[in-house]
Amino acid sequence: MSATLDRPTSAVDPTRDGGLNEKTRAERRLGWYLAGPAFVVMLLVTAYPIVQAVYDSLFDYRLTDPENSSFVGLGNYGVILTDSVWWTSFGVTAFITVVTVAVELVLGFGLALVMLNALRGLRPVLRTVILIPYAVITVVSAFAWQFAFSVDSGFVNSWFSWVPGVTADTDWFGTQGLSLFVICLAEIWKTTPFISLLLLAGLAQVPDVLQEAAKVDGATWFQRLRRVTLPNMKAAIMVAVLFRTLDAFRVFDSVFVMTAGANGTETVSFLAYRQTIERVEIGLGSAVSVLLFLSVVLISALFIKGFKVDLSQARGE
Amino acid sequence: MRHQRRRLTAVAVAVAVIAALAAACSSAPPGPPVLTWYINPDDGGQAEIAARCTAASGGRYSIVTSTLPRQASEQRQQLVRRLAANDSSIDIMSIDPPYVPEFAQAGFLAPMPPAVEAAAREDRVPSSVEASTWQGRLVAVPFWANTQLLWYRKSAVAQMGLDMNRPVTWDQIIQAASRARTQIAAQGTRGESLTVWVNALIESSGGSIITNVGEENPELVQLGLNAPPGLEAARVLQTYGAAGVAPPGFPTSDEDTNAESFQSGSAAFMVNYPFIWGKAKSAVEEGTLPQSVPDDYGWTIYPQTLPDRPSAPPLGGINLGVGAFSNHPDLAYDATTCITSPENSAYYFVSNGNPSSRISVFSDPEVVAEFPMAPTIRDSLTQAAPRPQTAYYAEVSGGIQRTFHPPDAVVPGPTNEAATALITAVLRKEALL
Repeated sequence: MSATLDRPTSAVDPTRDGGLNEKTRAERRLGWYLAGPAFVVMLLVTAYPIVQAVYDSLFDYRLTDPENSSFVGLGNYGVILTDSVWWTSFGVTAFITVVTVAVELVLGFGLALVMLNALRGLRPVLRTVILIPYAVITVVSAFAWQFAFSVDSGFVNSWFSWVPGVTADTDWFGTQGLSLFVICLAEIWKTTPFISLLLLAGLAQVPDVLQEAAKVDGATWFQRLRRVTLPNMKAAIMVAVLFRTLDAFRVFDSVFVMTAGANGTETVSFLAYRQTIERVEIGLGSAVSVLLFLSVVLISALFIKGFKVDLSQARGE
Repeated sequence: MRHQRRRLTAVAVAVAVIAALAAACSSAPPGPPVLTWYINPDDGGQAEIAARCTAASGGRYSIVTSTLPRQASEQRQQLVRRLAANDSSIDIMSIDPPYVPEFAQAGFLAPMPPAVEAAAREDRVPSSVEASTWQGRLVAVPFWANTQLLWYRKSAVAQMGLDMNRPVTWDQIIQAASRARTQIAAQGTRGESLTVWVNALIESSGGSIITNVGEENPELVQLGLNAPPGLEAARVLQTYGAAGVAPPGFPTSDEDTNAESFQSGSAAFMVNYPFIWGKAKSAVEEGTLPQSVPDDYGWTIYPQTLPDRPSAPPLGGINLGVGAFSNHPDLAYDATTCITSPENSAYYFVSNGNPSSRISVFSDPEVVAEFPMAPTIRDSLTQAAPRPQTAYYAEVSGGIQRTFHPPDAVVPGPTNEAATALITAVLRKEALL
């Protein structure tokens, strides 16, 4: 994720300086020494597979039948984009993304406020506790939620039988609505800590002097939140939302574990998995992956250009 | 100076590490050739057989096992990806029968020596040999063969007025269960088990999902889903769904969850593999289940779709393939003969609950003592029909799973047409799955 961070050109940019002095040069060299290995690794593990996928997506290529592979140009893309399965998966993915990111933003902001305002002694404990779900491997968390909600071994049906509509026989993975509900719930539980940490960084940046000035002027807590806190951390909020949106759009593990794509819960990454790994149709699957990649690029572009998100703001520069 | 010395040390360390790694990779272990057997997870039976055959080989080879994922589809995915990369470490592999044609067609299986082939056909249930054959040639060695039986709770069925000594039809048990307000546990989850069910229903009414088995060109594969047997299968599923006899959580219920509902008594009937017998018996040994429960288990042949036609029960199990890129294909084929010997097959049946593909094993006294339903399993295997044999099995099965799920919402006619249209389009690479 950090690879997408772009440093904005600043007034002290040494490249604009005609004559570089020795110190700047040494610093630049050190910069390359430090970042170089990571850059090479990124090229190897990210750029190379992307290029390979784009290339493969132009072929009718089956892993078990490499001799009969043939060039089909954009044919695979035509098949995908005219298939209702793609659009359904796209819709489901967009739904999961919008719902989870919206809920996580509100919850995460609340948690960030709690962490910021907690007693000094409590803060480290609180942060650790809030971070625990994020430390759990997604597949493990997906299994935990699946077991909790499963109709035969789960406890949810008996604990929540007082909720109207929940009975001992409620099959949470039997219909699209309920399955998506549990999938979203698991995603929200798992990644709210991430968004709240980013928001906490933003909250900590809001200068105390502004808060105090507003307090002196007689602003209420809510007025300060709306007029002082939020405008000052807008960049942090947008960065948090962007990162989570990109992440949420690639949702795979929960769907794979909980429903295996049944009941209309198939997401775009699941579709790519099914074509590439299950059908071993490398060409068609690569085309789905490329389209997923393009969607993610589009989302980032939209955020960065459309909402003028300054990514360096997240680091407090 | 100091910098240079440090750099030199770093380079020297790097060279030493690389050299050590290279040496570790290239040096072959001393002793007889090691054959790697990729196995599906079980209760340790295949590892024990590997040890026995290593000892029996008299130092000609030693077999080590490597465990594949739990799901058959995931086992296939791993093997296919490795074999596509010409992995020479795959000497022997445990393959789920429906994937045998794909492996054979792709050239992933080493040609079978005639002597091994003759031995592999001997004393085997016919369905298991059929499932190891592709285009008229035996390409895998039948190891063990699984089949589903109709299980019932004797106490519950005694009041239903059904004669379980004679084969029953789906319609009969659905009616009886509906009247008695009990359930019939069947695998409704969107997975391979759904294809198993649909295929058994169609084969039981005299049809087939693929009517021209052996066709290499995916565009020429002909489907029999729209024919009367296919419609009859859909009708049974519809009747089952409408009668309200499905267990709770039916759209996600698999073999394991159904074993639970049958054990708990909420379902009086169940179609499932014989592993549920071993499961109940070990629960009794652990003290978590009273002996009266397995005593109440009854079993008979898989239900018929049509009243006047014997059923074609599902066929499962494992066939052994020898990797085409193995360095020791002859030794590997020798090893398969040892692995599938009558003694090892009987051991595997008794210890792991996996029925043999060998007919003689079913009359082994030890087997019959442990599995009193062994004769029924043998009869079931004799009647059983494999799933559609095609190199494009994943596509065919995936298409059926998508259109026939949830099984209680199947409509005879429209569902069959949707399945045919989807599978045809997928085989022509004109649709996603």
